[in-house]
Amino acid sequence: MAKKGRVKLVKPDWCKTCGICIEVCPVEVLELGQDRIKIVYPENCVGCENCELSCPDFVLKVVDENEE
Amino acid sequence: MAEDINRYLRQDKLPHIWCPGCGHGTIMANMLRGFARSRLDQDKTVVVSGIGCSGRATGYLDFDTLHVTHGRALTFATGIKMANPELTVIVVTGDGDGAAIGGNHLIHACRRNIDIKVVLFNNSIYGMTAGQFSPMTPTGATATTAPYGNIDQNFDLCELTRSAGATFVARGAAQQPRQLIKIFEKGFAHRGLTFIEAITQCPVNYGRRNKLGGARDMLNWQKEHIINQTKYESLAAEERQDKIPSGILYQDKREEYTERYEKVIASARGSEN
Repeated sequence: MAKKGRVKLVKPDWCKTCGICIEVCPVEVLELGQDRIKIVYPENCVGCENCELSCPDFVLKVVDENEE
Repeated sequence: MAEDINRYLRQDKLPHIWCPGCGHGTIMANMLRGFARSRLDQDKTVVVSGIGCSGRATGYLDFDTLHVTHGRALTFATGIKMANPELTVIVVTGDGDGAAIGGNHLIHACRRNIDIKVVLFNNSIYGMTAGQFSPMTPTGATATTAPYGNIDQNFDLCELTRSAGATFVARGAAQQPRQLIKIFEKGFAHRGLTFIEAITQCPVNYGRRNKLGGARDMLNWQKEHIINQTKYESLAAEERQDKIPSGILYQDKREEYTERYEKVIASARGSEN
């Protein structure tokens, strides 16, 4: 089974809705909202960290599934 | 889990002013992840930047930082390193700042092999001043100062720095963050002039004018055209035409400038006694 993680918006106000995180996500977790990214299917997250490493605005962080 | 970069950022200065989709943030974040992995001391590191979009980076970085005149980041950095050889000195520059107005300083810093880590954010354009062509703008691309297409030859900064005498030359791209982290980690650990070209996308002043789409399309362009050096070398000459090699392109050991200078000081003192 793939490694599980959970994506979090650690700095939601810094999001500029460029959509790079959606592009690099291998599954379907994120969606563009009005003024920031939305986590719509958190259960799909595989914890690959692509979004965290690619986000130009330091908005996303992937944490362990059980972490608060 | 990826390294936490918040301890290297001035939180009160963020969010940054870079445009939506600009790759500078990605490069800066992965530079910090590479820095965290290299285990260098944050309090013994100075970051110097010049003018341009890339120059803004020092405002956001929680190190001792210096935001200096256009093209002169390397000259200030040379001064810092010569006066305090124990410090780690990082220069953040752009393709306009580092390759055009600061091009000569780049050549001579490489020639001296002074222990400075040069990180050049290459977005192929002068983004901050609304899109004049830079030395890194590809032939044929349009810019505000080249409305019918740029007639300058393409320029390879990695080849330039290597032949000028840099002892660590690497190229990465915003699209390949994992490779970037490795390059920064190894580059920061290297002693001697380290040159890292980081290719980033400017969707606003380069992409839009050249009809390359948005940030996501530009990243896909990077994915198709920027390939690992080993793979690049296995390609035939005609297949290489539109490809750019990435990774650590060159690494060597040669005596560092401040070490040689220390020897001069020692021998001068010796002759006095």
